[in-house]
Amino acid sequence: MKVNEQIAIDHGLKKEEYKKICDLLKRVPNLTELGIFSAMWNEHCSYKSSRLHLKKLPTSGKKVIQGPGENAGVIDIEDGDAIVFKIESHNHPSFIEPYQGAATGVGGIMRDVFTMGARPIANLNSIHFGSSQHKKTKNLLRGVVHGIGGYGNCMGVPTIAGQTSFDSSYNGNILVNAMTLGLVKKNKIFYSKAAGLNKPVIYVGSKTGRDGIHGASMASASFDEKIEEKKPTVQVGDPFTEKLLLEACLELMAGDSIIAIQDMGAAGLTSSSIEMASKGNLGIELNLNKVPCRESKMTPYEIMLSESQERMLIVLENGKEDIAKKIFDKWDLDFAIIGKTTNSKNIELFYNEKQVASIPINTLVENSPMYDRKWKKTKLPKKNLIKKEEFKKFKIKEVLNKILSNPNVCSKEWIWQQYDHTVMGDTIQKPGGDSGVVRVHGTDKAVAATVDSSAIYCWAHPLTGGKQVVCESWRNLISVGATPIAITNCLNFGSPEKEENMGEFVECVQGIGEACEYLKFPVVSGNVSFYNQTKEIGIKPTPSIGGVGLIKNYKQMITMDFKEINNLVLIIGKTEGHLDQSLFSRNILNEKNGPPPEINLFNEKNNGETILQLIKSNLVRSAHDVSIGGIITAVSKMCIKGNKGIEFNKPKYFISEIEYLFCEDQGRYVIEIDPKNLKKVISILNKNSVHFDELGKIIDKNMIINQKTKVTIDELKSYNTNWLSNYMN
Amino acid sequence: MKSAVITFPGSNCDRDMHVALNKFGFKNKMVWHNDNELPKSDLVVLPGGFSYGDYLRCGSMASKSKIMQSVINFAKSGGLVMGICNGFQILVESGLVPGVLLRNRYLEFICKNVFVKIDNKDNPYFKNLDKEVFELHIAHNEGNYFCTNDQLKEIQDNNQVAIYYCNDNGKTEEKFNPNGSLNNIAGIFNKKKNVLGMMPHPERMIDESLSGEDGSIFFKNLLNNIK
Repeated sequence: MKVNEQIAIDHGLKKEEYKKICDLLKRVPNLTELGIFSAMWNEHCSYKSSRLHLKKLPTSGKKVIQGPGENAGVIDIEDGDAIVFKIESHNHPSFIEPYQGAATGVGGIMRDVFTMGARPIANLNSIHFGSSQHKKTKNLLRGVVHGIGGYGNCMGVPTIAGQTSFDSSYNGNILVNAMTLGLVKKNKIFYSKAAGLNKPVIYVGSKTGRDGIHGASMASASFDEKIEEKKPTVQVGDPFTEKLLLEACLELMAGDSIIAIQDMGAAGLTSSSIEMASKGNLGIELNLNKVPCRESKMTPYEIMLSESQERMLIVLENGKEDIAKKIFDKWDLDFAIIGKTTNSKNIELFYNEKQVASIPINTLVENSPMYDRKWKKTKLPKKNLIKKEEFKKFKIKEVLNKILSNPNVCSKEWIWQQYDHTVMGDTIQKPGGDSGVVRVHGTDKAVAATVDSSAIYCWAHPLTGGKQVVCESWRNLISVGATPIAITNCLNFGSPEKEENMGEFVECVQGIGEACEYLKFPVVSGNVSFYNQTKEIGIKPTPSIGGVGLIKNYKQMITMDFKEINNLVLIIGKTEGHLDQSLFSRNILNEKNGPPPEINLFNEKNNGETILQLIKSNLVRSAHDVSIGGIITAVSKMCIKGNKGIEFNKPKYFISEIEYLFCEDQGRYVIEIDPKNLKKVISILNKNSVHFDELGKIIDKNMIINQKTKVTIDELKSYNTNWLSNYMN
Repeated sequence: MKSAVITFPGSNCDRDMHVALNKFGFKNKMVWHNDNELPKSDLVVLPGGFSYGDYLRCGSMASKSKIMQSVINFAKSGGLVMGICNGFQILVESGLVPGVLLRNRYLEFICKNVFVKIDNKDNPYFKNLDKEVFELHIAHNEGNYFCTNDQLKEIQDNNQVAIYYCNDNGKTEEKFNPNGSLNNIAGIFNKKKNVLGMMPHPERMIDESLSGEDGSIFFKNLLNNIK
């Protein structure tokens, strides 16, 4: 087939991009070459709409060993240990085929991590579905949860935390973001930069099939009514083979055979071979007849664009082929020498002894398109004037019931009980807490991780929302006693070709950047997922932030459950009564307008660091940050988990009780302290100029809010725990 | 005391079991599924995981792997063989203990703490345990124990039920059954009671920072019984 402009457009390329390809090559590409260009130049692989803005994020710091640009980011956790981590989206495939889409998302991110030499030690996920009333939601949720569990459980990596939300903007485009943390010795990290000429290029793992061809291109387009036809572009996962691949790779990595290694993820053999050569400033030559194929008569085009899972490409040291082959034989995995590094600076493909493609690598990478898309700024919405007399008609107990059983607040135990969260024997904080925590095997250290997003705030005001979600991540780490180190981000947005959606992206990234910079909480890895929309309707902007922190002595880890009757409960940070965009405003008042709560980065940092100081001085018994649903929601969860009650003090504010209990002012934490330490705690808080109030005292079985309002712990539990399991069964 | 943990392709609790056995004083060796011979051992453990991906009936492929012939011979000669989770499934598939393990009643993977009752103490595993109700952890998709009426009768006549799911007071009612197992059965012995298969993972509960510590009681007791 002779390539022309229409064929290029069918490959998802733009007219001008096709022209650029012809100019760069000084000829018309053949079909295989066009396929390679389309795979490398699509949004998913080239970041052509986002690169310009991502460059502005802070990515370095004292603890950063590797920032963005590798398979995953790497941070230093002392004693020669490092944590490799990244989050990645698998949104489009999961909507088309929820089980396989989610499963291969989990498989892909784990491969990114063990490619760098790290053994995965924890998985997390952030999943977002349409309205609970929407006809597809239940099946999508079930499929995604089964897929995540199916893959992660089989791999034997605990899923320790996550986030699930429901919003009608995801009705036609769900989000599935998967994150993995791996542990590696600092001096045994593997990179994807090839080096040296005539080094053997090795293919290991599963055979190449026809699945997932053009997956990355599919992920770079919007959905329409023909999505069902895209099913063949979804890859099929085989966690068993990945488990073998993990063990085999780690066994090979224990020696010194590997020069560079790269997993075959999006755009398969194409992107993995090109990235390794490009980073090493080399050429690469592949003999496609040597690629282990699942089906006969696969064409070079299909072989290069297949996204079959569980495959790796390795550049080996000369003479190490036998050692490597022996290991992969032991694990019953395919092993084939399919090419070598060259000094041509081209990717050259041979099939049946004929050259079938030859492309200068720089045209695929450095010369890939980069766009400065038009974008529209979002003005800060005006505050709503809320008539406080209206609040009198609300009974707090009824409102609390509605809030605690709201799909976005209720317990997600139905989900995480289906994930093996205890395998590897180091999970010391299970899902359902502020962060998941795993011990660094065989040491006193532990690593905390959380994944968060706040699409409502980001939608109302992207700049504030971007900052908020970083702060939320920071607070969730602090609440378990971890020192925050760095984040990974998964930026889920609508079409970059629409000014509003591009504006949401630009300003969320700006907000994320500002917060990361101020909190010294750099971004070390991530990915961008655009075109999350069906027809013209984009999702709410949903950056997911995966935060990682370190607890030096795991015995100092904090959980949120109330520990002891008669202990005092303090609220750290100022409560000012911001209700706009709160759960209360949106779901009880049905008011969807207004600005999100303001972020004060000074207070965030100061409050967080002070809480850590209190924790490290052993003055905090339990802690929980205040997020959606306000103080009363935070405290309810602490009561439920600890099976204890609380008697609130009368608030000394000039705001109404409703505002006090349900407002979503930022930078706040609830902490439990022993009354004998009150003086010490207050003196630390005062010394650091941290605002606090005495919220109440822990009592037996009841939450007593005022003389009229009393809720039993059993009532709280039934409000919070039943919604999801009832919905799903 | 010497123990051996078998690693099948797809095992994923092999390291956890190794850590637990060593912690409580066993000298453990890891054994590869493709080996022919077991090292000299006082206890052989088939760990949890997804051997061969469990793409056929769970445990069926592993039950045919090379090392299993020596495990079966070892068991037949009276050696202690314990299968946890996927290990239990392998024991069932190799015929070392009776019954089968079906998919969980609600067709979902379950990972949580459960209470189990251990009142069958006339055997090397549970002899000398000074309590009956333990809190252990389960994590499985196919733990729904089933057998024929004839088998059940034989099992009961021989006192082969090792562990029952129950509540914190030791009540073994149906509502405390997490996965639909026949008669709340969580673990079972062979006739001679030298082979034990069970779904709960004691190796995940071996210190106070984890889901609980009842696993420690089990391992300490086991070591003392074997000594």
